[in-house]
Amino acid sequence: MTDLDPDLARDGPELTGEELHRRLTLAWRRPAGLYGWLSSTDHKEIGKRYIVTAFGFLLLAGVLGLVMRAQLARPESGLISADRYNQIFTMHGTTMMFLFAVPVMEAVAIYVIPLMLGTRNTAFTRLNAFSYWMYLFGGIMLWVAFALNVGPDAGWFAYTPLSGPEFSPGKRVDIWAQMITFTEVSGLAAAVVMATTILKQRAPGMTLAKMPLFAWSMLVVALMIIFALPAVALDSGMLISDRLVGTHFFNPYERGDALLWQHLFWFFGHPEVYIIFLPATGFISEMVATFSRRPVFAYPAVVMSLIATGLLAFGLWVHHMFATGLPRLGYAFYTAASMTVAIPTGIQIFCWIATIWLGRPVYRVPMLWVLGFIITFVIGGLTGVMLASVPLDLQLHDTYFVVAHFHYVLIGGAVFPLLGATTYWFSKFTGRLMSEAWGKVAFALVFCGFHLTFFPMHITGMLGMPRRVYTYPAGMGWDTLNLISSIGAVILAAGFATFVVNALVSMRHGRVAGANPWSAPGLEWATTSPPPVYNFPHIPAVASRTPLWDEGEDLPVMTGLRVDEREHLTTTVIEAIPSVREPSPHPSLWPLMSAIAIGVTFVASIFTPWALVVGLVPSAIALLIWFWPKNSTVPPEPTIE
Amino acid sequence: MKRLALLVALLAPLFALTGCHGQQAVLGGGGRDEALFGGLWQVFLIVTIVFYLVVLAGLTWAVLRRREGGEPVVRTTFYVWVGVISLTLIGLSIASWLVDRTMNRAPYTGLTVEITGHQWWWDVRYISPGHPDQTLRTSNELHLPVGVPVQVILKSADVIHSFWIPNLSGKQDLIPGRNNDIVVTPTKVGIYRSQCAEYCGLQHAHMAFDVTVEPLSTFQQWWGDGLLPARVPATPEQKAGYAYVTTRECATCHNITGTPATGQVAPDLTHFASRATIGAGTFPMNRGHLYAWLADPQQAKPGNKMPVIGLEPDQLHAVAAYLESLK
Amino acid sequence: MSSPCRASLLALALLAGGCDQMRNDPRGHPLPEAPPLVSTVLSPLKADPRSEGYQNNAYQVSNGQLYFHWMNCTGCHSEGGGGIGPSLMDVNWRYGSTMEDIVQSISNGRPNGMPGFGGKMTAAQIWQTAAYVRSLSQHVPQSIRSGRSEGLSVAEPSTLRDPKPYRAVTPKQDEATVK
Repeated sequence: MTDLDPDLARDGPELTGEELHRRLTLAWRRPAGLYGWLSSTDHKEIGKRYIVTAFGFLLLAGVLGLVMRAQLARPESGLISADRYNQIFTMHGTTMMFLFAVPVMEAVAIYVIPLMLGTRNTAFTRLNAFSYWMYLFGGIMLWVAFALNVGPDAGWFAYTPLSGPEFSPGKRVDIWAQMITFTEVSGLAAAVVMATTILKQRAPGMTLAKMPLFAWSMLVVALMIIFALPAVALDSGMLISDRLVGTHFFNPYERGDALLWQHLFWFFGHPEVYIIFLPATGFISEMVATFSRRPVFAYPAVVMSLIATGLLAFGLWVHHMFATGLPRLGYAFYTAASMTVAIPTGIQIFCWIATIWLGRPVYRVPMLWVLGFIITFVIGGLTGVMLASVPLDLQLHDTYFVVAHFHYVLIGGAVFPLLGATTYWFSKFTGRLMSEAWGKVAFALVFCGFHLTFFPMHITGMLGMPRRVYTYPAGMGWDTLNLISSIGAVILAAGFATFVVNALVSMRHGRVAGANPWSAPGLEWATTSPPPVYNFPHIPAVASRTPLWDEGEDLPVMTGLRVDEREHLTTTVIEAIPSVREPSPHPSLWPLMSAIAIGVTFVASIFTPWALVVGLVPSAIALLIWFWPKNSTVPPEPTIE
Repeated sequence: MKRLALLVALLAPLFALTGCHGQQAVLGGGGRDEALFGGLWQVFLIVTIVFYLVVLAGLTWAVLRRREGGEPVVRTTFYVWVGVISLTLIGLSIASWLVDRTMNRAPYTGLTVEITGHQWWWDVRYISPGHPDQTLRTSNELHLPVGVPVQVILKSADVIHSFWIPNLSGKQDLIPGRNNDIVVTPTKVGIYRSQCAEYCGLQHAHMAFDVTVEPLSTFQQWWGDGLLPARVPATPEQKAGYAYVTTRECATCHNITGTPATGQVAPDLTHFASRATIGAGTFPMNRGHLYAWLADPQQAKPGNKMPVIGLEPDQLHAVAAYLESLK
Repeated sequence: MSSPCRASLLALALLAGGCDQMRNDPRGHPLPEAPPLVSTVLSPLKADPRSEGYQNNAYQVSNGQLYFHWMNCTGCHSEGGGGIGPSLMDVNWRYGSTMEDIVQSISNGRPNGMPGFGGKMTAAQIWQTAAYVRSLSQHVPQSIRSGRSEGLSVAEPSTLRDPKPYRAVTPKQDEATVK
């Protein structure tokens, strides 16, 4: 290494091809073996772990959903006891919302965004790793508790006073509340990483106006996470404090307020659903553009819609509280705001349909998911408009109509795009394509199963069936509809199973994909599938929104980054003018160690407040070692006199 | 493939137009608010179906027939679209607000019912202003005079519950520390079912009650009968049951007016046998279910606050006989 | 034992077998229902197999809290601090502090004014109330104690207090302590 010509320390016209690849790999690879795996800061590895873990939680929570449907298939069924059912529906909601829906979006972003932006890694790579470990530990804690019959049973929203110390005895709700803290910290860390990467590490020439729409949606979402998640962290902290320390935040008899919980929770909870939905719109934008073979129609309108949705989402939360007896004039405001948020979404739908209309669409499996999304999500959005109206909501709130609504928007609006995006970027993750035929089968099963399961719930709700009931009396007119829903659930599960098996089999035996199997325009397709550990041999430069369509094989690149030291390029926020070469952290075990220390502190603090004090010590030590400034291992490159 | 999907999607909303009537259904019921609700619902339903069909039509058009280079047309359509959905949403908001305002302008004629929600039963008190001796206490049932607006005051003894008679009006939560209220004006005679609509713990699924809407004279008769103390036991078996109920575990929690049983923490049993259900909607009121409930209340409603007493068979017969006599 | 040590042992216990602590078993543990023990004060009570199940389960203790209020124990004992009746939160026990002793106190009553609830409460209810009474002086595991009740605040939360030692006293000694 030391006998290399110092002029060849940076990539450039002289240093290219095989030699460049060898030296970049040397600089960017992580140590082999378990130590390397645990200390990895490679965003692709972290992203893949996140996706696999999130899908694992999806399957676990999905099985719980199947069990619920088995119980509700018949009236007065004795299959599941009341206590077990209450734990199951709480775990289903909690896992889906906190351990699947948001993390999976972050996961795909962590993998795809740096490639899409043309950089070598995310910002704050160790914080990225830390975010994953915190997420994993929180999820494990929750599911281990559930397996030990200590799972929470107060609903995923855990309203006080039901979740308070008197009516939820024991540790069940404490574990739930502390899981929130884990996913909080994880989500905030990932949001900071995402926002910084998108704002500061784009390819030269990729101004904000030329940034891919998925990157825009992740930018908005990252900022939303930073503003919304602290509300629920505060809420759950106050709940733990009430339960363990004896404070009275939610105790009306000591000047607290039971409704305070709901306000803080829904102040987070409503932006949360847009945090889940907006990345999905990003997926759709990318797939629609690729498979319509033209850029999305009215890019500025879509961007403004994303931003408008992100802002408006914070002003809607009281629509979850229309039955609580707050002043009615205030309610009218929230009705209007909830209706208003449909406008940007409507704009996006129009733009996608217009893109298809103006383009030359090709109906590969990802495009089928796009169509399924439009057909399904719009129903959910329209029932949402119904629920925004106070008189309608006062009848439909807390009935199966709402269950139908949110499954339409969450599954139709987030899971369908996710499955499409997984298929779309699968070749980039693994180097192989998923089977088209089995993908179509999976789509058909999921689509039909989904509608069969959830459409009847609109009617069940209008016939008066409330939510969160472990059984229902016969003869109310709900029997057949519930049975249909349960049958649909089996079909839906078969569809998901087909998708997962397709993915697993295709990883080994799928058709080998080249760099750009879909002829897509984005920068992530400019590198091999899967990408090398350093992403791009030279940092690409862009001049349009669809670089690979406009430049094709002659993608301009910017050279000059060091090859024997981890380095990426930082650019300015708006114009993406290159500014500095930034060192990228080496693999480190200390994010994992810090996550363990902090995680143990959090878990132990459920049992004694002393844990916070005692746990501060190992946490501080781990963080200190993590942040301790390190000297460069390679001598500084010579400067020109 | 796509066409089939589109066809399914097109037909599916028609499903929603089928009648949604029933004992606990939201449409077609018997409340003053119901007409308003039904009208607003139809407006929203039609508007949303129309918009959905427009979106589907656009998608179908885009999938089946497309033209390249039609950007100006699309741009114009875009502005029209944004304008149309904005105006429609404004219209829907205003319609919703007007209906809400009208619903909340019900006149109050002096009939007040105070309902306290417990885990998992309903404590009902009919208040006659100025006549405290006319206060009627009952549990897990509601009788309402047709055509008379009733103010229902909602309190909670423990966690958040929700009062909801779908056929008559929307819901309102019972929140500890807050006194919410709702005005219900039934317009059609009938028997409706109500169910708690906010998750309140283990037996949230079994917290319901029956609502009987009847003519004013019948209602007043019912109220008067309800103020009478419990019937005196007649047969020896009933007397044995009376002896057990008033001296053993039952009296600690339940109240039977006119007897030594004066517990306040469980449903009032003074006119128990006149109710339609046992256990807040868990069982219909009949002999078989009464025996089942008394022998093992934890079987049908596990976790509810009535313990298994462990009655011997003859005690069971006696207690059941006595309770059946409490009309 | 220091708090962190106790905490980690608690955590291990919870993981290993503590699931029983959180079980919501409405039928009481263990089955079946049976009348409480009856015995005089002087002869030693045999250990009852039910006592572990009731005092080590959060659901049973919380039910006991419910009955403590419903049966108007608060009328004499207030929220545990005592009034007409002796304090249930301190170190003094007139008639024994074991579950069996407390069950007998509630069931049969005691001299000096404690009424008997034997025929007025079921056995399960009495055991649950006894478990709650023991929790008032922190003799049940910390992980199943309640921090506070949903009502007026009466004392430092149970989860933050240490178990009180046991001191057998006569009624006269107990009253002398209070005065």
